[in-house]
Amino acid sequence: MKNRLKVLRAERDWTQADLATKLDVSRQTINAIENGKFDPSLPLAFKAARLFDMSIESIFDDA
Amino acid sequence: MTNPNTNSETSAWATNTARNTVRLRYWTLTWVLTMALANFGPPFLWRYEPWLTAGAIFVNLMIGFAMINANKRYLQGSDELQKKIQLEAMALSLGVGLVVGLSYSNLDVTSLITFDAEISHLVILMVLTYAAGIYAGHRRYR
Repeated sequence: MKNRLKVLRAERDWTQADLATKLDVSRQTINAIENGKFDPSLPLAFKAARLFDMSIESIFDDA
Repeated sequence: MTNPNTNSETSAWATNTARNTVRLRYWTLTWVLTMALANFGPPFLWRYEPWLTAGAIFVNLMIGFAMINANKRYLQGSDELQKKIQLEAMALSLGVGLVVGLSYSNLDVTSLITFDAEISHLVILMVLTYAAGIYAGHRRYR
């Protein structure tokens, strides 16, 4: 699944560790999601959407 | 669900995970030490005194349950990718342990091997398979 986490994180000048802390996950998990190796669960996707104040569809794209 | 904009709450997750890891490490080490005591105590420390041997085995069993509880808490506190890695490693370990363990037992039952198939061999196999599964999982998702 493609996603814009890396771009959104870079826009805010956050490291992977910063984002991991804000989402209550490990840095490895953020890295795996950004690289498309792991798809987040719905609760985690909602959490990311709330954090960036965006809709889930505008962050994650399953096309 | 916690508010992602609250740093004090989010850092609590990492603290809790670290605490769970330390707790699991402590109970695992204690379990291994009491296992050694239950095995080596009778011949080397108390000359097979039945009550002491039974006590050592009982203490080891109780600490084993505490270790299981610590492992459960560790898994519950892990994030979803960590849980996935753990699940895949445990599935691999259980599957290999079952299949290879029974074939190994058959080799012993049919006298195709000259030595006894010990339960400790199975435990070593499962531990090594689990460790390999964890290593492979971390490499896959790094």
